[in-house]
Amino acid sequence: MNFSYYPGCTLKTKAKDLDKYAVESAKALGVTLDEIGEWQCCGGVYPVAKDEIATKLSSVRTLVSARDAGKDLVTVCSACHNVIKRVNYDMQHDENVQLKVNNYAQFETPYHGETNVLHYLEMLRDVVGFDKIKEKVTNPLTGRKIGAYYGCLLLRPSKEMAFDDPENPTIMEDFITALGATPVVYAQRNECCGGYVTVEDKSFATKRCNAVMASAAEYGVEELITACPLCMYNLKENSTDHQLPVHYFTELLAEALGVKE
Amino acid sequence: MSENTNLKESILRTSGVNPKKCMKCGKCSGTCPAFDEMEYHPHQFVAMVEKGNIEPLLNSKSLYYCLTCFACVERCPRSVEPAKLVEAVRLEVIRQQNQNHLTANDIPAKLDSEIPQQALVSAFRKYAK
Repeated sequence: MNFSYYPGCTLKTKAKDLDKYAVESAKALGVTLDEIGEWQCCGGVYPVAKDEIATKLSSVRTLVSARDAGKDLVTVCSACHNVIKRVNYDMQHDENVQLKVNNYAQFETPYHGETNVLHYLEMLRDVVGFDKIKEKVTNPLTGRKIGAYYGCLLLRPSKEMAFDDPENPTIMEDFITALGATPVVYAQRNECCGGYVTVEDKSFATKRCNAVMASAAEYGVEELITACPLCMYNLKENSTDHQLPVHYFTELLAEALGVKE
Repeated sequence: MSENTNLKESILRTSGVNPKKCMKCGKCSGTCPAFDEMEYHPHQFVAMVEKGNIEPLLNSKSLYYCLTCFACVERCPRSVEPAKLVEAVRLEVIRQQNQNHLTANDIPAKLDSEIPQQALVSAFRKYAK
């Protein structure tokens, strides 16, 4: 199994663990992730306005690189996934965006959203299979009560992301089960952590993260997992009550597969 | 057309939102995680843009508290997509000359040793042009 891989800016800096454990775990599962050459930052947030074109170009270049390599594209960071998946949706459905991007970029072959974009968790679920992962676990995380923190970016808008049920998702709980641990469902698992507004007002992120942590603690969660470096930062640095440990999901995968250093 | 009509038309065009679809159930504001921080709430953005009462929104700090978490978009029973309207109103402000809400000079005071690049990149895209 061979995929094009887009890590994104934060996975090469503050979130090196998210990247490293993703690549090492993939190897253990027989998956090769070929990092796209000269990839550019996705911009962090999807440009919502209808007239945004230039801000979508870096994502389109990534998508075209994967198409030209003849591979599906795998992302890990929730934000990169949200941006690239939604830009791809535009390139499939929005004639205005298609026309202007292709006119400007002059790719050898015009692009119309042909690349299949998979989040790493979708790759685990739909390509490798959670049953297969269960078989490959050498160090089951037995007895650990783990809460999945989905946040917003993986799930919404569900029409474009098509990741899981946006209100009652199961993919991360099924992932936790495959690693031998016990998933704990709690009320705030798909509500926002405060995101980039922490740059505007840190106290707001504190309020949001305290709500998430309190909800997780109330339901008996002992540790949280996330796929997003900004969720990780807000939960770890900006919550002041119930400070539960937070891990990248790839770190737990590497641990269960016995490839964590 | 009056300037106000032009502004409304511009916001509707940039957002792709049709506020006439709103049935005023209030679910968007009920589910908004930034509700307490906002002076004008998502359902008010929809109603005020529809009425052309846009000036108060342009001057409100509410523009900088929307998380674009899309909870209001996902949960709206009429697919009105209020977050896209908030975005379009914010763009009416920051796309004007010298109206960036965040500049590079603001950054050093906001840095801590753990803040991820993603936070800064995202904030610049949301608050500056």
